[in-house]
Amino acid sequence: MKTKFAPLMAALTAAALFTGTACSSSDSGDTAAADPNEKVALTYWSWTPNMDKVVAAWNAANPNIQVTVNKQDGGDPAVTKLLTAVKAGSGAPDIMQAEYQKIPTLVSANAITDIAGEVGSLKEKFPEGVWNGVTLGSDAVYGVPQDSGPLMFFYRSDVFESNGLAAPKTWDDYAAAAEKIHKTDPKQYLGTFSATDAGLFTGLAQQAGASWWGVTGDAWSVNINDAATQKVAAYWGGLVEKGVIDNKPMYTPEWNAALNDGTQVGWVSAVWAPGVLEGSAKDTKGKWAAAPMPQWDAAAPATGNWGGSATSVTAQSKHKAQAAKFVTWLNSDPAALKLLATDANIYPAATDASAVLTAPPAFFADQADYYTIAGDAAKAAKPFTYGPNVNVAYSAFNDAFGKAAESKKAAAFTESLATIQQTTVDDLKNSGFTVAG
Amino acid sequence: MSLIIDKPAAPVRQSAARPPRARTRRSGTPYAFLAPALVLFTLFLAAPIVYAGYLSLRKVQVKGLGLGAASRTEVWAGLSNYARSLTDPDFLPSVWRVGAYGLIVVPAMLGLALLMALLLDASRTRESISKFARIAIFLPYAVPAVVASLLWGFLYLPRVSPITDLFEAAGITAPNLLSSDLTLWAVANIAIWGGTGFNMIVIYTALRAVPTSLYESARIDGASEVAIAWRIKIPIVMPSLVMTFVFSLIATLQVFAEPMTLRPLANTISTTWTPLMKVYRDAFTRNDIYAAAATSVIIALATFLLSFGFLKLVGRRAFNQED
Repeated sequence: MKTKFAPLMAALTAAALFTGTACSSSDSGDTAAADPNEKVALTYWSWTPNMDKVVAAWNAANPNIQVTVNKQDGGDPAVTKLLTAVKAGSGAPDIMQAEYQKIPTLVSANAITDIAGEVGSLKEKFPEGVWNGVTLGSDAVYGVPQDSGPLMFFYRSDVFESNGLAAPKTWDDYAAAAEKIHKTDPKQYLGTFSATDAGLFTGLAQQAGASWWGVTGDAWSVNINDAATQKVAAYWGGLVEKGVIDNKPMYTPEWNAALNDGTQVGWVSAVWAPGVLEGSAKDTKGKWAAAPMPQWDAAAPATGNWGGSATSVTAQSKHKAQAAKFVTWLNSDPAALKLLATDANIYPAATDASAVLTAPPAFFADQADYYTIAGDAAKAAKPFTYGPNVNVAYSAFNDAFGKAAESKKAAAFTESLATIQQTTVDDLKNSGFTVAG
Repeated sequence: MSLIIDKPAAPVRQSAARPPRARTRRSGTPYAFLAPALVLFTLFLAAPIVYAGYLSLRKVQVKGLGLGAASRTEVWAGLSNYARSLTDPDFLPSVWRVGAYGLIVVPAMLGLALLMALLLDASRTRESISKFARIAIFLPYAVPAVVASLLWGFLYLPRVSPITDLFEAAGITAPNLLSSDLTLWAVANIAIWGGTGFNMIVIYTALRAVPTSLYESARIDGASEVAIAWRIKIPIVMPSLVMTFVFSLIATLQVFAEPMTLRPLANTISTTWTPLMKVYRDAFTRNDIYAAAATSVIIALATFLLSFGFLKLVGRRAFNQED
């Protein structure tokens, strides 16, 4: 059923959308319309599983704009390949999946291009925090958001029940729960501070209101060591120092085993967590529950993001208008969103996606409100701007927080931020970027 | 020219006419034989080295926000990349760390290799056992370093490690091998496990080349097996020991795969844990191939100086003993 009608639906909705954009957008939309019979072939680099199935729906409806998916290994290798192609002057695809934190790097390397003129008014279709990620706070549009990873909290409901605990509403609740659980069973931890996952810590800082980079006039600003991030680092450092949460990295065989045998009984993660839990903690199926993130201020709920990517048009593409049409359809058309959610198993960034996400993920089959929680979380994401050297900051994070986590001292956590700030600013200045302050 | 082409067709029949042809052949033939090696050497060794040297003197200069198409230009950097590499606060510690790592790995690995080679050589008569032992000791060398590191990683992680289970069964708290005090030993252990077999085979082969008459005469003179090993076998295999030492030295300076694979498992291995990991971080995490090229050149020079310096110091004495 689905496969039979999807192309037709896609064709209808895509057609409707194009007439819409052609009217609203200016000259470049018209140039594409001027020669509707021009046949173009576009290549698309993506590492999302089953993306070819989603694209097949587009190809069936758009004989003149044929898109070929070229499967990539993942975010980092794809960026390295693209930057090499940019240096070589050829070999880049037309369309590229780009993680939000890589967009400034790609823009700075002139790898992806501004499609503000081609995509028209897409802004309202996405949560503000996500949209900010593709505009870098400017008037340019460097891609259309595809998926997002709003932070959520996952916990073993059976363990919480036996300890007489409810899902934590605030970070104070989380700390109290962590302490109680560890006291009841010294082998159990409500979480771990992972020095190898800078992306999660960035999301936590985002929730607290930090935005590590920013553009002021013609200069970058770097605010990694600000009050909000200090608060987050001091909080997690305090929990590690007390010993109520673990200090080992996530995504290790040991961590998988701990999730599966019930010694890690909670995970501050993102909307895509069920897929990971299904793989690493399969023996605990049915015992987990999802909840909104614990809050700093319960009256003003906020979240951050961990993961997610946009679809960008590369600077080397000769068919910018057609490519922009495709990425617009892919990430905002209801039919495409449905395919992204069901076939590619991603959480679409578009606000409309809540309509297509009805059944909860298999690992959380009992939790009917899973996507309601996720939808609320996505809307509550605070704006956050990434800079052109996120990788430098992230590797400095790995080193500094690795040491801090090993030392188990809260003071070392907060001191690490000064090191990361320094490394990041020095790197920008050394490359010649103008840095404010 | 035609003579050269004819030659493979009928080499035997034309052998009578060789002397006059030899002169013409001498001019071009050696180069023809060398050509494949020279071309490959130039393309895949010399050219990349020259290019790395060139890159190490360049850098990218960004203007303003760095967001426009023309905001990025490649310029000459002089020696600033080298200065940055050498003054990087992470660089010297990584050098010292590799030094300490070498002090653990090289003596332990070569000592074990020599001991095993001598033991195997002493049991020459029991050929089948010796053959099995040789293969068993050599086998870890056939395991790629990344796979070995993953396997050992599983053994090091307390929760999934059977070693920890054994310790607990005995009522002892198992040491965390990936803690800051022990990480260096944990990484060194993988290298020793993987490298001993190769060095053992090199030394063992050298031992097998020694005529047994030497030992027989020593035995007639009343030498014990230990004395034979110490006074005859070790001096004779000294050139092999020197060679394996130089190989181990180079491998130590280039240690990369083991710590890189273990890094995500522990807090204690930083992204610049060894000099080569710093090169990797600069090139692939920071997209700064210029700084990476500079550090590579420094490592290459250090390797060159250390290995040739050592050969000059020890080599002559070691090789002279053969005469």
